[in-house]
Amino acid sequence: MLAKRIIPCLDVDQGRVVKGINFVKLREAGDPIEMGKFYNDQGADELVFLDITASSDNRKTIIEVARNVAKQVFIPFTVGGGIRTVEDMRSILLAGADKVSINTAALKNPQLISDGANIFGNQCIVLAIDAKRNNNNWKVYVNGGRTLTGKDVINWAKQGVSLGAGEILLTSINRDGTKSGYDLELTKKISESVNIPVIASGGAGNEQDFYEVFIKGKADATLAASLFHFGELKIKELKNYLANKQIPVR
Amino acid sequence: MIVIINYGLGNLGSVKNALDKLGVDSMISKSIKEITAGSGLILPGVGSASEGMRNLRKSGLDKVIIKQVEKKKPILGICLGMQLLFSFSEEGNAECLHIIEGKVKKFNTELKVPQIGWNQVKQKPSKLFLGIKDKSYFYFVHSYYCQPKDRKIETGMTDYGINFCSAIEDKNVFGVQFHPEKSGEDGLKLLKNFTDIVYANNTGN
Repeated sequence: MLAKRIIPCLDVDQGRVVKGINFVKLREAGDPIEMGKFYNDQGADELVFLDITASSDNRKTIIEVARNVAKQVFIPFTVGGGIRTVEDMRSILLAGADKVSINTAALKNPQLISDGANIFGNQCIVLAIDAKRNNNNWKVYVNGGRTLTGKDVINWAKQGVSLGAGEILLTSINRDGTKSGYDLELTKKISESVNIPVIASGGAGNEQDFYEVFIKGKADATLAASLFHFGELKIKELKNYLANKQIPVR
Repeated sequence: MIVIINYGLGNLGSVKNALDKLGVDSMISKSIKEITAGSGLILPGVGSASEGMRNLRKSGLDKVIIKQVEKKKPILGICLGMQLLFSFSEEGNAECLHIIEGKVKKFNTELKVPQIGWNQVKQKPSKLFLGIKDKSYFYFVHSYYCQPKDRKIETGMTDYGINFCSAIEDKNVFGVQFHPEKSGEDGLKLLKNFTDIVYANNTGN
């Protein structure tokens, strides 16, 4: 049976992992390779590296990161952040990343999804969507939830699939950082609207939140950052918990 | 030397990285001379069957691979590389290498296609799985699966709506539908097992 995936997300600024580096017993906590290895040993199913480098001069460093991670970590990994063109995708994938995640650039130019999918295959293209609740529906936001795009999340997700996205990384802006649990209703809506895997993100606070988003939210995978980085929840323990509750995990 | 056959489709670097990690000598090559000289071959691949076969034929590598297999050189097909070893693929109705008799079919299931993620492989005895626990998880990304005519060559089965063949062993020909180079420690072990088969084969000659 296909396992439900647990994916830690690492923010990378100028080649170093930032935010939540409160790691124990790591020789070099800011080193993406060391952290990748650490999570690999813990049983992470994939890794996501999000490049938050503001200056475009430093874009080359994320390519170096991808190259070095690929030499040392033998599980799939995705690189996102600042990918605007097919050439950006190509350089990241050639460096060894398995997938690229695109967000703002896809909203500005949806054809980027189909161009990328046609060249590299659908499985390479992860469409990241930041969703914020607006009365009874969810709207797509950019700039970390500050800017409303006017797009409806369900429609955008469906459009992304028809353009060739291979997976959807769905973040609830309302829940992000709150530790009050994933947005189950949102995740379920999107999961039921598309026929590609949905990765739930934003709001994980404890083991039960993961269980609920798999069962009630029908998520295929879950992403979390600080919860893992600060050691509040260990991936191995989380997987034991889920396995005991009959969720298929690796 | 293990030669990773370069026929213009992706994912060659990951296999090379994994072999480097294992300390195994390998090269990525499309040279007929180098492929002929290699002790063992890996046919990797992410992409479509029709495009893969077109590239192999254009470069003449199809005949080279078939000849090397006839000479009993060990070969490991990974993902699309496994599928290309078969006679025919429904993907673009592609005639493939005919090294293994059988078809490659598209998933016809309620489940999401492509299958993306970690799934279990139920093993039958195979040198490829030495030291790897039965029902271990491996990383899959695919929409098509292989259906060998001779079911005795099936060495791994995986459940995704249907129970499909995820690994084969037929004398010197090996194939896995999953990506060992992306399957953590168990994947690295499988690649190590393949290189052990390659070098045992050499001393045997």
